[in-house]
Amino acid sequence: MLAKRIIPCLDVKNGQTVKGINFEGLKEIGDPVEMGAEYSAQGADELVYLDISASLEGRKTFTDLVRRISERIDIPFTVGGGISSFDEAARLLDAGADKITINSAAVYHPELIGQIASHYGSQFVVVAIDARTNGPEWQVMTHGGKKETDRELFSWAAEVQDRGAGEILFTSMDHDGTKNGYACEAYARMSSFLTIPVIASGGAGSIEHIEEVLTKGCADAALAASIFHYGEIKIEELKRRLLADGVNVRI
Amino acid sequence: MIAIIDYKAGNLRSVENALKRLGAEYEVTSDPDRIRSASHVIMPGVGEASSAMQSLREEGLIDVIKSLTQPVLGICIGLQLMCRMSEEGNTPCLGIFSPSVRRFTEVPGVKIPHMGWNTITGLRGPLFEGIPDGSFVYYVHSFRPDLDESQTIAVTEYGADRYSGALCKGNFYGTQFHPEKSGPVGARILKNFIEL
Repeated sequence: MLAKRIIPCLDVKNGQTVKGINFEGLKEIGDPVEMGAEYSAQGADELVYLDISASLEGRKTFTDLVRRISERIDIPFTVGGGISSFDEAARLLDAGADKITINSAAVYHPELIGQIASHYGSQFVVVAIDARTNGPEWQVMTHGGKKETDRELFSWAAEVQDRGAGEILFTSMDHDGTKNGYACEAYARMSSFLTIPVIASGGAGSIEHIEEVLTKGCADAALAASIFHYGEIKIEELKRRLLADGVNVRI
Repeated sequence: MIAIIDYKAGNLRSVENALKRLGAEYEVTSDPDRIRSASHVIMPGVGEASSAMQSLREEGLIDVIKSLTQPVLGICIGLQLMCRMSEEGNTPCLGIFSPSVRRFTEVPGVKIPHMGWNTITGLRGPLFEGIPDGSFVYYVHSFRPDLDESQTIAVTEYGADRYSGALCKGNFYGTQFHPEKSGPVGARILKNFIEL
């Protein structure tokens, strides 16, 4: 049986893994390659690396980093952060990325999804969606959650699938950073009509939260950052608990 | 020297990196002479089966591959091309392995492509030496090879389908999963192959 996946996410700036501390700025918390290798040894099923450098220099550093990650890491990894063109996706594939994630660019240039997917296969294209509740609706946001769009989450998710995305990585901005659990109902609703896998992101604070989104939320994978980075949850322990509770995970 | 066949069907870097991690010497080539004289041959590949077959044809590699006598490993599309035929683009393939390659049966709630970690059981032969039955390996595919009593050396189940996770006939091996992305289990399988 196909296993549910546990995916640590690493934000990278100028070649270093970083973590925001109470809006006061970013703290460097380690070498992305070493951290990835460590997560992989602990039993992570995949890794996601997001480039949050805003500069051209940072971008170049990130491509070099992707090359180093692919030399070292022997599990699948996804890279993203500001990818806005076919050529950028191609460059990251060439550096060794297994998948890329596109977010804002997919909203403004939806044809990009099909362009990349038809050339490199759907499995290469993960579309990331950030959304928040706005009244009764889930509103899609771009640019790291700063910019509103007129798109609604579920119709956008369906469109993204039709256009050739291989997976959807949905982050609930209502839940992200709260450590109060994932947006389970939204994930369950998404999984009910999508035929591609859904990765849940935003809100993980405990093992129970992760278990809930993989069972009640029907998510195919759970992504988290800070709880792994600060060792609040060890991946080995998380997976042992999930397995004991009947969730199929790779150990 | 291991030859990785380059037939312009996708990215070969992960396979290269996996061999580098094992300290193996390899070259990426489409030259028939280099392929024939290699100690081992790996045929990776992603993409669509009928166009991948077309690329093999254009590179003049069909008969070269069929006539190889050293250990050969097809990975993912590489394995599918070594089968009898594929429903993807409805193409005849190399016919080294007897099974046909078919699209996964559509079942409500079962997602296609089959993507992620799944188990291999019924393991047989030197490729899986030291690999416990039920180990997890990484899969990404929408088409899968049928079972064959004598050639199937690993079985995987997904949705309504039981299929060949790996095949072997004589010196020819194939894995539908990606050993180069399957952590320590995959590394051991590749090591087993290059030590054949």
